[in-house]
Amino acid sequence: MASTPHVAVVGGGSTGAGIARDLAMRGLDVTLVEQGNLTHGTTGRMHGLLHSGGRYAVSDQASAEECIEENRVLRDVAAHCVEETGGLFVKRPEDSEEYFREKLRGCEACGIPAEVLSGREARQREPYLAADVEKAIAVPDGAVDPFRLVVANAASARQHGARIETHSKVTDLLVEGGEVVGVAVEHGAKSGERVHGVQSGREEIRADHVVNATGAWAGRVAEMAGLDVAVRPSKGVMTIMNVRQVDTVVNRCRPKGDADIVVPHETTAILGTTDEEVADPEDYPEEQWEVDLVIDELSELIPILAEARTIRSFWGVRPLYEPPDVGSEDPTDITRDYFLLDHDDRDGVPGLTSIVGGKFTTYRMMAEEIADHLCARFGVDADCRTADVPLPGSEDVDRLRDYMDEFGLRSPIGRRSVERLGSRADQVLRTDDPNPVLCDCEGVTRAEVRDAMDDVGTDLNAVRIRTRASMGNCQGGFCCHRLAAELHPDHGEATVRDSWDDLLQERWKGQRHALWGQQLSQAMLNYALHATTQNRDRDPAAGGPSPDYEAFDDGRRATGETRPDAAGDADGD
Amino acid sequence: MAIESDVLVIGGGLAGLSAAIAAAREGAHVRLVSYKQSTLKQASGLVDVLGYVDGEPVADPFERMADLPDDHPYRIVGESGVREALALFDEVTDYRGGHTDRNALVPTHGGTVKPTARYPASAAPGLASDDRDALLVGFETLVDFDAPLAADHIEAAGVPFAADGATVRFPGDLRADAKVTRYAHLLDEDRAVETDGGRRLPAREALAERVRPHLDGHERVGFPAVLGDDDPAGVRAALSKGLGADVFEVPMGPPSLPGLRLADRLYEALDEAGASVETGVPVVDYEGEERVERVLVDRKGAEVPYAADQYVLATGGLVGKGVESDREGVREPVFDCRVPQPADRYDWFEDAVFGDHAFARFGVDPDGELRPTDERGDPEFENVRAAGSVLGGHDFPAEKSGAGVSLATGRAAGVLATEEL
Repeated sequence: MASTPHVAVVGGGSTGAGIARDLAMRGLDVTLVEQGNLTHGTTGRMHGLLHSGGRYAVSDQASAEECIEENRVLRDVAAHCVEETGGLFVKRPEDSEEYFREKLRGCEACGIPAEVLSGREARQREPYLAADVEKAIAVPDGAVDPFRLVVANAASARQHGARIETHSKVTDLLVEGGEVVGVAVEHGAKSGERVHGVQSGREEIRADHVVNATGAWAGRVAEMAGLDVAVRPSKGVMTIMNVRQVDTVVNRCRPKGDADIVVPHETTAILGTTDEEVADPEDYPEEQWEVDLVIDELSELIPILAEARTIRSFWGVRPLYEPPDVGSEDPTDITRDYFLLDHDDRDGVPGLTSIVGGKFTTYRMMAEEIADHLCARFGVDADCRTADVPLPGSEDVDRLRDYMDEFGLRSPIGRRSVERLGSRADQVLRTDDPNPVLCDCEGVTRAEVRDAMDDVGTDLNAVRIRTRASMGNCQGGFCCHRLAAELHPDHGEATVRDSWDDLLQERWKGQRHALWGQQLSQAMLNYALHATTQNRDRDPAAGGPSPDYEAFDDGRRATGETRPDAAGDADGD
Repeated sequence: MAIESDVLVIGGGLAGLSAAIAAAREGAHVRLVSYKQSTLKQASGLVDVLGYVDGEPVADPFERMADLPDDHPYRIVGESGVREALALFDEVTDYRGGHTDRNALVPTHGGTVKPTARYPASAAPGLASDDRDALLVGFETLVDFDAPLAADHIEAAGVPFAADGATVRFPGDLRADAKVTRYAHLLDEDRAVETDGGRRLPAREALAERVRPHLDGHERVGFPAVLGDDDPAGVRAALSKGLGADVFEVPMGPPSLPGLRLADRLYEALDEAGASVETGVPVVDYEGEERVERVLVDRKGAEVPYAADQYVLATGGLVGKGVESDREGVREPVFDCRVPQPADRYDWFEDAVFGDHAFARFGVDPDGELRPTDERGDPEFENVRAAGSVLGGHDFPAEKSGAGVSLATGRAAGVLATEEL
């Protein structure tokens, strides 16, 4: 090739960000476009399980082997995104003994370290497990922060010269002479938002190759070039608890079924999930029965969940794909394997490759495969290094010091900040300005929020996924206005108010599915704080009805208070 | 044997206090028991009576009460009931606003304005219908009030004055995440603190010195509501003198010093009226059929009976836990009174954050004498009246009516209970 090949990657989830990083590290010229935030699609809507492979050790051993391999890689290169929780496959009396043995044999066959625990031993590890849990298999499952991971991949890609465009929706594939030669993008960023110079309007990005890494949306993107990619989106609910009832991933040891996993995640535990095929990855019913099902079913494993406080629920859409002619009836039968579809080989349309199916845990491996494929196509001779080079933030995570004294933060807050920031802690937290806590629930300080704003501008949701601010018990009730205020004066008051409203509404969306008990009380308190104390619901500045100021009490005449003169002689009370 | 009184008020918020003060002043032997700290700590300290009807701002709340739905608490106590409650409130506090029927517009810490009927003296110079230009001052470490943003916002709300904002470092060595009471106590005590250039000055003067360079001719200066806990008038007077401008407080979210000051004042008034008070004790059960004969109060694990002739239920709404819920439904937990609610949990809310949420109206359904009713509309008990947020039928955040409903229904319940003795 005469010049560096330019690849446009569509999709800012784990796969797209991973591909962009890999290609950029190999020296290719990369542009990644994402219709929303990074992780806007499936990656931001999952339970964050780092598979050991145990889950697939019976049904799909090839996937299981990939999982354990990638599990080990990510513990190493993405250490600041991974919590090594361990996992249990738990057997209740009504679950099959034969399946338990099969699971154990499967783990051994796939090279997954597995240890059988008695019921008593399992309860020693996780005291809230049901008293009648008979036994369990311990495996090296873990928890990943998918936001942190994708942001780190995008940051690395950018360090290697890639251009990352969020809030940029692909509206068309450019096809010339039967070949895909680029993408048409509508930049949708609001004014004041940093999108690397392109704030709004349409742009045509010409590329030597386009990678369609849009997951559940892959069929829609392929269709823009007249191609048929039969993605079968399947929705699943996840319900977030306000505390970690378990510190280990708890799976139910049975062949398959809804509502069979609890993943500890930061300060919370996430209950999942359901599996229902849907027609449209963006518009599907979010139903009460799904929330009730995960709570009721998982309470059989961990009884206190029945009475525990949930803070919100969210739904994700799996990008399931199966090759034509398989025709599974039930989405749980569809393989979790991934497929690389080169549309030149498959359909005679050069310039486009889709990657579909797959799992979050193996995102890096998928990225490696597609990068290998493109390099081979372009004749680029460069090795994949993503399994060896740590992600930004994970370079030096053993060097955790006592940040309490160093940054003047109280100890638990300092520790949480360092965990979130990894090796970037020094750079972010070292400030001469006061660094008060803005989000009390998650212990997020001003310095972290400002660091995130340097990266994403006015998009408070993007700040949220980088810092966890507003993701705790109060769901932003006490901190949305504090986060918004940090945008001022770099951004004007109207822009700040707009971003603030967006965050309030986004935080409300998930809480609607947790409105009973303490979270309903919290919702009422939040409503009172926002509407009563702040009057944000009828804010005249935000289009609320404007009062006739003259018709209201101006306080002076009848109270006997005199206006102080310029010399200042105001009395008190 | 039970601990006996004429009227037992359950709940120590604005409604319970209003009921207990009213009943005690009528001559009843009143006892007030409350479980948790009053939610006044979470409220702004303003006394909203009726700020919006059908989403439109209301300049005179009394003019619009007849336009409220039939089941609204104000329709039960009537305009005169609201007026009498406010008269009682004015008598026992030093709040302002009683000189006129009109609402005042008070700047909020979020940067907008809201209609309210009574306001603390500390908020009086800040009213938005006053046309004097205002300087808003925030502190670097006090993250709930960003003064320059609030100033821009309040101008965007169309107020008839110019507003500017400044952020200063609070004098004295407060840590970055100090509680608001630390700021207040520093100003109360007025101890010498180190200031710029290594000099030591009394805290109030040190603060005035930090603000002075930003003053630029503004006739009034607004601070976040941390200007003293024990001596707010003294703090404000000193700052006004030091700045040569009227100083006011902008009400804040929790923990709210104006709310705490108001609670303190009302507890004093309750004491002056001769009522007994016990806090930190939850009512866990009751005995009786047509009438409540007695309630059981948990005192350090022991269930102690308290008997009274009349009871006032003023336990709060969803926030105060006077109304509770689970996935199956909503109930009133002390006397198990009926709370009307949509059968489907997904009909309790709307999709927009400030939608017309059914949950905001959750509460017991009172008869004409404020007695909670059952499905047939009959009183659940002859001698139990409800007051404040435990009453359904009003959406206080949307209406800006929370304090007014609590004061008016509290007073009415206290008076009605006393009339039965």
